Amino acid sequence: MNQASSHLTFSSVLANLAQTDLLLTPYTAADVRRALQQSQPGLHDLMALLSPAATELLPELLHKASQLTRQHFGAARQLFAPLYMSNLCANECTYCGFSMSQAVKRRVLNSAELLQEAQAVKAMGHDQLLLVAGEHERKVGMAYFRQQIPLLRPLFSRLMLEVQPLATDEYRELKQLGIDTVLVYQETYQPTAYQQYHLKGKKTDLSWRLDTPDRLGQAGIDKIGLGILLGLADWRTDALRLATHLRYLQQQYWHCQFSLALPRLRPCSGGITPAIEISEQQLVQLYAAFRIFAPEVDLTLSTREPAQLRDLLLPLMITSLSAGSKTQPGGYQVAPQSLEQFSIDDDRSPAQMALQLQKLALQPVWTNWHPALGR
Amino acid sequence: MLQLAGHSFSSRLLLGSGKFASPELMQAAVTESGSQLVTLALKRLKPGEKSLDLVAPLQQAGVQLLPNTSGAANAREAVFAAELARELLQTNLLKLEIHPDPRYLMPDPEATLQAARQLVKLGFVVLPYCSPDPVLCLRLQEAGCAAVMPLGSAIGSNQGLQNRAMLEIIIEQAKVPVIVDAGIGQPSHACDALEMGASAVLVNTAIATAADPVRAAYAFKLAVAAGLAARQARCATPLRQASATSPVDALMAYLR
Repeated sequence: MNQASSHLTFSSVLANLAQTDLLLTPYTAADVRRALQQSQPGLHDLMALLSPAATELLPELLHKASQLTRQHFGAARQLFAPLYMSNLCANECTYCGFSMSQAVKRRVLNSAELLQEAQAVKAMGHDQLLLVAGEHERKVGMAYFRQQIPLLRPLFSRLMLEVQPLATDEYRELKQLGIDTVLVYQETYQPTAYQQYHLKGKKTDLSWRLDTPDRLGQAGIDKIGLGILLGLADWRTDALRLATHLRYLQQQYWHCQFSLALPRLRPCSGGITPAIEISEQQLVQLYAAFRIFAPEVDLTLSTREPAQLRDLLLPLMITSLSAGSKTQPGGYQVAPQSLEQFSIDDDRSPAQMALQLQKLALQPVWTNWHPALGR
Repeated sequence: MLQLAGHSFSSRLLLGSGKFASPELMQAAVTESGSQLVTLALKRLKPGEKSLDLVAPLQQAGVQLLPNTSGAANAREAVFAAELARELLQTNLLKLEIHPDPRYLMPDPEATLQAARQLVKLGFVVLPYCSPDPVLCLRLQEAGCAAVMPLGSAIGSNQGLQNRAMLEIIIEQAKVPVIVDAGIGQPSHACDALEMGASAVLVNTAIATAADPVRAAYAFKLAVAAGLAARQARCATPLRQASATSPVDALMAYLR
């Protein structure tokens, strides 16, 4: 496609980036304390905060993260729900329940079914919708999006999309169709591991995926969601790459907003168990470190994490969360019994979640720039 | 009195209604602050459904609503949203905010000036959030804005009047009220702004994120009143040297 080849992209940046000093420095408690004092923490500070030395100082990390969250976001917490449009997938990813070779009943929702699902999501109180699909360029590509997105656009104040990586011109068109936010998680930034988990399909092309946020920035998409899937490879290395990516994108595309998600690999049908376990304590440390490193970005927490952990993390550093999620096409109304992409843990309804937020002295925020305001 | 295109306000403290834990807490803080003018983010409204859960508590508090266009990415969106706000909330008052930079929420000078010109023509009382740039403030004044709202420091940063030198020039030059918006983190910052000559201040984060927002609102109310009184009293200004009984005074007395 015609992405301007003159543009710098992240794959070329990463290719020249060793960052061995950042990965090999034996950080001490003093480094962690210094990182906590920085008004604009750098990558070394982030790595100190992620180091084993920081586990001793976890309460200090949490205090700092909490203070920054409060300053930047106050009590506001955004709520959204995913809507799975299709579970067709032309990729083979060993950790995913929707992989091509998995014996799952495949389904692409048609317009009537999508509207039925969307109405069900709306009836739960949601006003921000994340459209999700497996990666199937031919059957769930631009032609499908062109047909379906205009039907859903008037129903929600924010429309987000998580599908296969697309070309710059396609993202420009999606923006015109009303997509505000695009999520594209790298899963892992480490080439060897990436190839080990992604066996077939377009997702095997690491650079194409890696440069997707560049294409989103060039297309002028308002908000970009980045993430890594924890459990595939060394999490500190992936966290460093993710942070490097974020800083790079913030400089290249200053008008874009960003959100970060740090999901842990969950059990799914036919899926693998995590190669590298990340404990709850390490997950908390990771979220806190990112809040301190980038206090202005949205941090999202998935329903795949247990309710108790979510409730403890929410006041301190999470600013965006899904609730009442179904992770299969038709899961809300059309075909609630079908097999899901991954199992969720926190199955509270949006109304229950809103009540819980209020109990935590937080304000559930459902709406962000309603379409009637013009966009 | 703070005069804004025919509207008069005895309170020099404007409040923002975002970031509070609940609408009840926001209402209590607004009431305690004595503020008569409170901003409301249009992006939080669902115009179709008349779900105005933020509007009702503000109306109960008896304040004038000041809709803001925070979330608008450009002049076109800001103007469109403003027209909708006027219809929905029945007010011509508008706080114009266009900040396309999501990291520091710095206002876009070009888009803000462009939107201000259009909105004034459409009959709005425009209060633009803007960079502390003296020439930009003069341009906004020329465009017909009812006030200018330069930032004291980055929004939400609680850093106070970092832009003091520029604010002083803006206050000196402006014919419209200067309302210092953004960055005011302590009551002492608010007091300082009023002493310096600002017509008013707008505070949100410092109150909404305080451990006790209602008490914080009270503290800001006192600070703003103190700053205004100090200015009116023409309190003594700081001197570099001590001035005991001055030899100059003695000589002058002799000469008279």
